[in-house]
Amino acid sequence: MSATTTDRSIAEVSVNGETREFDGPPHTNALDFLRGHGLTAAKEGCAEGECGACAIMIARPDAEGTTRWTSVNSCLLPAAALDGGEVVTAEGLVDGKTVHPVQEEMAVRGGSQCGYCTPGFVSSMAAEYYRPERAADAADADAAEAEHHCGPNGFDLHSLSGNLCRCTGYRPIRDAAFALGQPSADDALAARRELPAPAAVATDYQRADTATGRIGRYRRPATLAEAVEILSSEPDTTVVAGATDWGVEVNIKGARAENVLAVDRLDEMRGVRRSADHIELGAAHTLSELERELAGDIPLLGKLFPQFASRLIRNAATIGGNLGTGSPIGDTPPALLALDAELVLTSVRGDRSVALADYFTGYRQTVREADELITAVRIPLPLSPLTSFQKIAKRRFDDISSVAIGYAVDVRQGQIAKARIGLGGVAATPLRARATEAMLEGRPWSLETVHAATETLAAEGTPMDDHRASAKYRTAMLRSSLERFYAEQLGNTAVTSQEVQ
Amino acid sequence: MSQLSQRPADPVVGERHHHESAFGHVTGSALYTDDLVGRLTGVLHAYPVQSTTAHARLLSLDVEPAYAMPGVVRVITAADIPGVNDQGVKHDEPMLPTDEIMFFGQPLAWVLADDLDAAREGAAAVTAEVDELPSLVTVRDAIAAESYHGQPLHIDKGEVDAAFADAAHVFEGEFEFAGQEHFYLETQACLAHVDENGQIFVQSSTQHPTETQDIISHVLGIPAHEVTVQCLRMGGGFGGKEMQPHGYAALAALGATLTGRPVRLRLNRTLDITMTGKRHGFHSSWKIGFTDDGKILALDASLTADGGWSLDLSEPVLTRAMCHIDNAYWVPNIRVTGRIAKCNKTSQTAFRGFGGPQGMLVLEDILGRVAPQLGLSARELRRRNFYAQGQDTPYYQPVRHPERIEACWDQLIDESELEARELEIEAFNAGSDHIKRGLAITPVKFGISFNLTAFNQGGALVLVYKDGSVLVTHGGTEMGQGLHQKMLQVAATTLGVPLSTVRLAPTRTDKVPNTSATAASSGSDLNGGAVKNACDQILDRLRQVAAGILGAPAHEVDISRGIVSALSSPKTVTWEELINTAYFQRIQLSASGFYRTEGLHWNLSQMRGEPFKYFAYGAAVSEVEVNRFDGSYTLRRVDIVHDVGDSLSPLIDLGQIEGGFVQGAGWLTLEDLRWDESDRPSRGRLATQAASTYKIPSFSEAPEVFNVSLLDKAHEEGAVYGSKAVGEPPLMLAFSVREALREAVRAFGGPGRGVELASPATPEAVFWAIEDVRAEESRAAASVTEGQRVPS
Repeated sequence: MSATTTDRSIAEVSVNGETREFDGPPHTNALDFLRGHGLTAAKEGCAEGECGACAIMIARPDAEGTTRWTSVNSCLLPAAALDGGEVVTAEGLVDGKTVHPVQEEMAVRGGSQCGYCTPGFVSSMAAEYYRPERAADAADADAAEAEHHCGPNGFDLHSLSGNLCRCTGYRPIRDAAFALGQPSADDALAARRELPAPAAVATDYQRADTATGRIGRYRRPATLAEAVEILSSEPDTTVVAGATDWGVEVNIKGARAENVLAVDRLDEMRGVRRSADHIELGAAHTLSELERELAGDIPLLGKLFPQFASRLIRNAATIGGNLGTGSPIGDTPPALLALDAELVLTSVRGDRSVALADYFTGYRQTVREADELITAVRIPLPLSPLTSFQKIAKRRFDDISSVAIGYAVDVRQGQIAKARIGLGGVAATPLRARATEAMLEGRPWSLETVHAATETLAAEGTPMDDHRASAKYRTAMLRSSLERFYAEQLGNTAVTSQEVQ
Repeated sequence: MSQLSQRPADPVVGERHHHESAFGHVTGSALYTDDLVGRLTGVLHAYPVQSTTAHARLLSLDVEPAYAMPGVVRVITAADIPGVNDQGVKHDEPMLPTDEIMFFGQPLAWVLADDLDAAREGAAAVTAEVDELPSLVTVRDAIAAESYHGQPLHIDKGEVDAAFADAAHVFEGEFEFAGQEHFYLETQACLAHVDENGQIFVQSSTQHPTETQDIISHVLGIPAHEVTVQCLRMGGGFGGKEMQPHGYAALAALGATLTGRPVRLRLNRTLDITMTGKRHGFHSSWKIGFTDDGKILALDASLTADGGWSLDLSEPVLTRAMCHIDNAYWVPNIRVTGRIAKCNKTSQTAFRGFGGPQGMLVLEDILGRVAPQLGLSARELRRRNFYAQGQDTPYYQPVRHPERIEACWDQLIDESELEARELEIEAFNAGSDHIKRGLAITPVKFGISFNLTAFNQGGALVLVYKDGSVLVTHGGTEMGQGLHQKMLQVAATTLGVPLSTVRLAPTRTDKVPNTSATAASSGSDLNGGAVKNACDQILDRLRQVAAGILGAPAHEVDISRGIVSALSSPKTVTWEELINTAYFQRIQLSASGFYRTEGLHWNLSQMRGEPFKYFAYGAAVSEVEVNRFDGSYTLRRVDIVHDVGDSLSPLIDLGQIEGGFVQGAGWLTLEDLRWDESDRPSRGRLATQAASTYKIPSFSEAPEVFNVSLLDKAHEEGAVYGSKAVGEPPLMLAFSVREALREAVRAFGGPGRGVELASPATPEAVFWAIEDVRAEESRAAASVTEGQRVPS
């Protein structure tokens, strides 16, 4: 990162190896920026990060000074955030007259019909093609298959969970994905991975909004100290991390911020730090980065990550952002509540630590002061060994929860020593099922206990009717949850329906 | 074999090729309508002012505040329309309302501005003064208020009442099921300008360029020859671009004439979902009688289509629904009454299957529900009722090739190892309390042709240039279904040239006039017939030329893969040499081709005739696994045998079958249109109006194992090169998913129990169905059933 903030009203982006200048209104997303430059492969299908037709690859830092080609939804990404960055679109995957292996397989196997979603699929697929761990997953295909939905070539189908196709029924796309080999020795994009990703240049982008004429500002400071200083002196600043929520506000609801503070690339807020009594997750780490770097060390989060939105979203969304929005249906809070997580809030006044259970105060309301940033999430150790993440939704991939329930339970000598249950989607805030926890603790870990607590759990929260689910169904999900958890822990055959009744 | 259906030796049709634009798709070089904006300068962007009430009297619009926004150039209201203010063909669909607002989200005016943001800000500044009126939001509301479009339609065949008296088993019920949003990935888009010749030129993502042209023409009050519509390609259509694009194209064209600048109109996803029509939801009440051995004796059913605010295509949709209620089953005595509910919602329209799926769903649901009460498996009940040779449909059309239903069925049972898997599932379920599996097999019989006979015509223009290269234009549009690829293969086959010799030009109304919509699965039949006809005309002329060169009789001339030969001649020449010679002999090297489907007739008032050229058949087996804790499920395996005739292009057909199936499964299980039925001010608003709330199938819903076979020995005499239409029929193979869910739910209770399942069978709906079964099983039924939700 450069040491000083430079004022500039033009952002420079390397797109398919060519420098392009961005000088539009600050709320412009990367998709419109690219299309405005005649690069129309990426398309708008939904403008809210659900369909992936706009997917592109960006160069993001990876372990030990290397680069990871990372697929993201360009419709959510502010164009200004690309300042100093490197982008590859479907157009850029073509090398002269030679199409990329991903493009070749998609074309000849019938992976495209109408073709509108195809450049987005190609981008997601190319990012997975270049995933450094894929070769190892291919070598250990059985394990990878069990862990993910990996093909024999190590291709993880979850990488396409954020891309929708209305024509093909997906089978030919899956076949194309599983037919891919490994990048060849002279593959320039593969070679690019061995060099560092572009540093996040400090950016202060200011430009008039064409509709209102007002000046909008997008700032990405170089240090956390600068960021909290800005927040302190300009409390009406809009803090944006991965922009997967903010981008939706801009695109769908027409939200315009005069003053955006981008915090997703601040070194101080990134990484995973381990100590004897906790694991600290950088708030600006993306969910994909956490998934990779934790590598199952926090099993409950390991169960959550594949169910959190889609890979395209997880590649941009940060854990701090998911908490910062204060949404009652964010997917991390139920799991983090079960883990007794604490948040580190930082301002010019210093750091303070807040238990996540005390963080939410009302619908999209939290104890975070306007001048504070969430800089880290701490997971205390030791972890309770029995965990589960139950996400109830219409669709298995890439959906918003109707209800989400996280469990972390410690059983000692057959007795429940500690129970933590986090709930989402059943009240104006995520909450802990405290009455149920109290009922469980100290009792034997048995079906009898489960049944005794069932109605207590069903009564936690105040679920509502909406287009995702009825209140009655949400209550029923709470009611069946403990029994499901118990069945999961024992394996499904251990509980018979006779016993349950 | 007919002349139309007979293939020459070594034909290009039948070869496996990828989509003609596949490499354009994957590289991004294939352009869509909205990709063209950057090619014009001074483009204005359009954004609508939408109604925020479901039904109201429009008293006045104040558009002045919009002009205060920087960048706003023009606000268009109904008063600006010089011609007919109607975006449909029934004269009940004002493009912009003058006095009555008919649905929540209806465009009241459009703002044109230098950029989209300014247009949106301008639209937000326009205010409407309205008087709220009572609104009808659900089909039940409309039925209760007797609010209908047009008159009822009736099918009445045989002696229904007498048959019920004879029936050993009679069941009655009601079934209401939801519609479906098209969710083409490319939303409605058009780009209009006045060209260098003073013509209106409109690029439009439309399945029906001719009708788009017609509507622009009547809205502007100018003759059709002043309007040209081009459709490069669509990012999906599925019926949603058959009628819906017209009003937007007309608005853009009007804007271009009013301002002298190009106008781009592209709906964002929420505008598209809230403004455009969808698949009709239906309400049905029914009574069915069976013989003692499970043969259907009589069916008496009402079908009420949820038509929305205007007629649109609701009449033909309803007609097709009524003509498909029989699906693959012989119903000797039948009475069906059809109505179109008029209510304050988007105007429901064509969607892949066009009413057929809705009609068939009613009977498939009945069979799935009552089989246990007849003491039969659903599989056996279905099979016993298949059409046999000599039987005819409820509208008196003989069913040709009924043996193909059974052929598909038997081939499928064999290929899918169905009987062994039924036993495996039984064993699995016996040992599993929370997770149950279910398997079901269902058939499809789908009539091919537009019900309305006049639409069954197609046109083409084939140009052979002096260098031998061939350019084909036809009346059909490309929306991903691979029509252009099939047309290339037809042209190459007929002319006898390599595929690479032929190129396809985009669909334009100034190349081929008066075309029918690319709809009703008829694209290949109609346009293929026309392309073949044009090529045959050229070929007939070329044979004479070749005969001269080769010194052989014309009837002996064979042109294949670019080589011209004759049996009695030792000489051969190339296609290019032949064309060069023909040119110097002043032989016409172009032709316009035409095709009309022979033998069709239809009497709508009597609902009687032979509206279909042939039937497409198929069958599918689906296996699901259901979790009782939340009702969630996975689609473990799907096997399909489908009848595409002799395939023109097998990879393309395979794609249609698989894609149609998954889209049908989405309709039946996942996709959930939720309209606000409350009395709040948001009454009539669609709550699921974005990709985040309206969920179409993703990778997680695709079958884990997906096997598709094409039916063997399937030549179709009545269509080009022996092929059959394939666009719509496979959608209905997805009934097998719904029925498999029913079987899995049933497994949570005792045998012999009927299971009612809402549609869509979302995880929540499946959960409540399981709860019902379990509650009955434990004889503690109290209060659980009230959770059963039947969506509108």
